Amino acid sequence: MPRINSPAESEEFRKDIISKRDPNKPCISICTGTGCLALGAANVVAAFNDEIKKQGLESKVDVRETGCPGFCERGPLIVISPEEICYLQVQPEDAKEIVSQTILGKKVIERLLYVDPIEDKKITHESEIPFYKNQMRYLIGNNIKIDPKSIDDYLATGGYAALVKALFKQSPEQVVEQVKNSKLRGRGGAGFPAGIKWEFARNNPEKTKYVIVNADEGDPGAFMDRAVLEGNPFSVLEGLTIGAYAIGSHEGYIYVRQEYPLAVENVTGAIKQAEAHGFLGKNILGSGFDFTVKVHQGAGAFVCGEETSLLRSLEGKAGEATSKPPFPASKGLWGKPTNINNVETWANVPLIINQGADAFAAIGTEGSKGTKIFSLVGKVNNTGLVEVPMGITLRDIIYKIGGGIPDGKKFKAVQTGGPSGGCIPEEHLDIKVDFDELAKVGAIMGSGGMIVMDEDTCMVDVARYFLNFLTDESCGKCAPCREGVKQMHKILADISEGKAKESDLELLEQLCEVIGDASLCGLGKTAPNPVLSTLRYFRDEYEAHIKDKRCPAYVCKELISFYIDPEKCLACQICFRKCPAEAVIGGKNKIHIIDQDKCTKCGTCFEVCPSRFSAVSRLSGEPVPSPIPEEARIIVRKSKSK
Amino acid sequence: MSEIILDIDGKEVSAREETTILEAAQSAGIFIPTLCHHEKLNSYGACRICTVEVESRGRVSLVASCVYPVESGLIVRTRSEKIDKTRKMLLELAMAHAPDSEVLRELAQEYGADKDRFEKESSFCILCGLCVRYCAEVKGKNAVGFIDRGAKREISFIPEIAAKECWDCKECFPLCPTSYLQAAYVLTEALAFPPKSSKPASEE
Repeated sequence: MPRINSPAESEEFRKDIISKRDPNKPCISICTGTGCLALGAANVVAAFNDEIKKQGLESKVDVRETGCPGFCERGPLIVISPEEICYLQVQPEDAKEIVSQTILGKKVIERLLYVDPIEDKKITHESEIPFYKNQMRYLIGNNIKIDPKSIDDYLATGGYAALVKALFKQSPEQVVEQVKNSKLRGRGGAGFPAGIKWEFARNNPEKTKYVIVNADEGDPGAFMDRAVLEGNPFSVLEGLTIGAYAIGSHEGYIYVRQEYPLAVENVTGAIKQAEAHGFLGKNILGSGFDFTVKVHQGAGAFVCGEETSLLRSLEGKAGEATSKPPFPASKGLWGKPTNINNVETWANVPLIINQGADAFAAIGTEGSKGTKIFSLVGKVNNTGLVEVPMGITLRDIIYKIGGGIPDGKKFKAVQTGGPSGGCIPEEHLDIKVDFDELAKVGAIMGSGGMIVMDEDTCMVDVARYFLNFLTDESCGKCAPCREGVKQMHKILADISEGKAKESDLELLEQLCEVIGDASLCGLGKTAPNPVLSTLRYFRDEYEAHIKDKRCPAYVCKELISFYIDPEKCLACQICFRKCPAEAVIGGKNKIHIIDQDKCTKCGTCFEVCPSRFSAVSRLSGEPVPSPIPEEARIIVRKSKSK
Repeated sequence: MSEIILDIDGKEVSAREETTILEAAQSAGIFIPTLCHHEKLNSYGACRICTVEVESRGRVSLVASCVYPVESGLIVRTRSEKIDKTRKMLLELAMAHAPDSEVLRELAQEYGADKDRFEKESSFCILCGLCVRYCAEVKGKNAVGFIDRGAKREISFIPEIAAKECWDCKECFPLCPTSYLQAAYVLTEALAFPPKSSKPASEE
């Protein structure tokens, strides 16, 4: 591997890579991000390699294992270039057909294409699929073009041009100024302006300073940072190196949770390649600037995403928050000025340097610039990663990109911002997604978790879920968070079990106030949010649980029962056979009844009862009718001879 | 070190740079209640009983006075409706663990806290960490530490260290506001200390 010693050599090297690549040579890009791997992408890769070997096409076709392009719902997915044909849910047995039909025969295989559910039309090209078409993919758009293990791929797509520009054409102060002017706000959750944070660290006279990538992504259901670090680790390293140059730091850390083994592997490999080529290490590209990066694997505590806890963890201590001030920019890692930004924030930096601050700031809203990646999950047709310009409406994300709610169900709420976030109801679906607008409706941008909920979701249960998460994930140092969150969780459990009193709602609200006001760190200060936002929009659901002992969404098991209507049951025996608790008392020609003492409320009978009978119903807040007498249960069927 | 002038409860107080609001108040004879604070130990900011209201650049917020550094022109209030409400709730949460603690009872009376507001917890430790920090910071022994996190956090003696170090020390005992520490110690001694006869003292 050659070491590059000047901007000219760097350009030369890039040109050399590009010139050796034939743009018309077919390339099968296969997503091997964690989502697609879980769906069997490794077998798909093996099948393609086998098939290409079998047909003797090794020199004529490339296979590229890439990071996640986002449409996880339909993985394993592949894109065939140069035509950009996108095939979804590809199985190893499809490899032969794809190679002979599409690669050699230039024919599109219809059954592997995306079908637009509204127009019932098949779509061939990736960029025309509505899921992608309505996005603005500056950060994850290149994922499908890059093998994250290949620095050549990164360079071929224009990588490291920003670093060259920053190191050789701009002073550190100018870089800071640009990031300030871009109005980039931290993507980790709080949304603090990145340039201002950099300036604090830049202006600190200490000689030793640190820069850190916070990759301790921990919100349930969120995987934006994982996809960026797995899929395009060089972009994060490039951003980090530019930041280090701007701030005057020579050592950086990537704090990544060990639950992200592929991200750890890819970023570690990327560091080695970048060092070998002179993009990291001593005298980067001959500029005289030294910068090294180490990967630190966290043990997976949610609280370590909070910067002071992260710092303690990095120092080898227990991950517990410390009080701010002092802020990390003045006293951070080992007491030295430290700048911590989230993965996605760092990945935005090369864009800003390449396009200029104004071009970056042209996208988005007044207070929030650029794009934002969300992990769109829950009760939505197209789950996956979506990158959208700030200012897009929630409705567009959920309906245009997400394809709406599955199974004809009704939308109920969307939860943004993870455990510190809030639930937003239908009435606010048209707000523009940015840091300030989300805060106005009681939610937060957070790091980009977005969970869609349909009518079958109980909002008390949702709040209970998040508070349960926080009970475990609080570091336990400060009393309001440790004790208060536990008490809140207890009350929510009581409400969902029908054991709460009306006065408990008031207590819950008082706890919210004290925990929010008095907690030590961001985790505790925002811990009441799931409760506050559900109380704000769905108070009637809380009241139904408390006053009527009723769960309107039929979720809280202690408050619901299943009942078989004797008028409708025709003794088909399906529920009788499927009930895992043997709670259905049935038999041939005998109207079925449910033994309420045995019933575990799993809902199997309700799901399996054929819709032509619809004999099983859910009850909540009302007594279960007593079973009909034994003798009335016999069904006398008319004999066929009559 | 330059002197900083701030306002605590309407009184002009002068303090050295990098001291905390709590220290500044104490030096001016203004009382702020504390549970996890100890003059020999580093500021910790865990019990939050010392929460006060600060006004800085037009913004009012609640902060823990034991860890918040003094700032020039800072306006501090050590009692207000909001502060009292916060302290009351924090005491009630602590008293779910230690309803009989003398320190907590006195404060509860001051702030009208109901010791029975929350269901009683099985452990009467309020996790102020005085024992853990004293052993680490003053004695340098780390014979007692925190284990687990969140709602499952506990203090625990490390038998191997405690069996060597604690016999003649026990300086942490009087620091404990709830006497849980003594109970934890006795339990560790009974269950986990190696029998005295098993090793000659010379080997230790």
